[in-house]
Amino acid sequence: MMEQTIFYILAAVAVIGTVLAITEKHPVHAILYLVTSLFSMAVIFYLLMAPLVAAFEVILYAGAIMVLFLFVIMMLDLGHPEKGMAPSWREWLPAALLSAVSIASLITVIVSRHTSAVSYPAAVPIREVARRLFQEHGLAVELVSLQLLFALVGALYLGKQSRGEGK
Amino acid sequence: MIIPLEHILILASLLFFIGMAGLLAWRANLIMMLVCIEVMLNAVMLVFVSGSARWGNPDGQFFAIFIMALTSAEVSLALAMVVYLHRRRKTVDTDMFSEMKG
Repeated sequence: MMEQTIFYILAAVAVIGTVLAITEKHPVHAILYLVTSLFSMAVIFYLLMAPLVAAFEVILYAGAIMVLFLFVIMMLDLGHPEKGMAPSWREWLPAALLSAVSIASLITVIVSRHTSAVSYPAAVPIREVARRLFQEHGLAVELVSLQLLFALVGALYLGKQSRGEGK
Repeated sequence: MIIPLEHILILASLLFFIGMAGLLAWRANLIMMLVCIEVMLNAVMLVFVSGSARWGNPDGQFFAIFIMALTSAEVSLALAMVVYLHRRRKTVDTDMFSEMKG
């Protein structure tokens, strides 16, 4: 019962934080709202018996990726909402309409099915998770590491190109 | 742990469609578009992890971890590209980067 209460509170925090993040005109404030939402998502992952994903959510998403966004926003000096980049309500209207229709239809589909409060199976211990990750999905781990290497090389190339350019 | 799976799916779909609405509305700003893609990928991760918890199978957690690695690679490349384009045009407005059309 207590877990359920915590889940609903965290869900409300996540949704409100995300809505504030995408409606905020100031990019830095938007990133900070999103960090709040990501922290509550991390606790939801912990409630869903995935402590590894929760830890990575805090370290990678809230820690690394959001700091990267903040770094780029501050480096490019984009934190000026008065430059008129924010969408007007006229641009919000079709997006809000489309997502309202989609949310309504999806919730109708989900609710119309029989809601079952089955008890979840026991949590898989982290030792078992790690064993399965590296024994059964070793190739995928290698591919992901290759992908990260390619991203690193690409980012280095894009960042370096402009030095010799300079008009 | 007695949260119904349907409620988690509703939360994930809410987050996904909020991210989608933001992506459609902020289509003039490259950085906010990337932020909205983050929101959508996060909702997908929530679906994978809830499935993993519901059926007691850690494969969903692996997918969540792979999505996280994919996102970090994607964001680092995309932000490097944003910096590169900003050096050339002094803006992040997507309408300014249309010289490749046609």
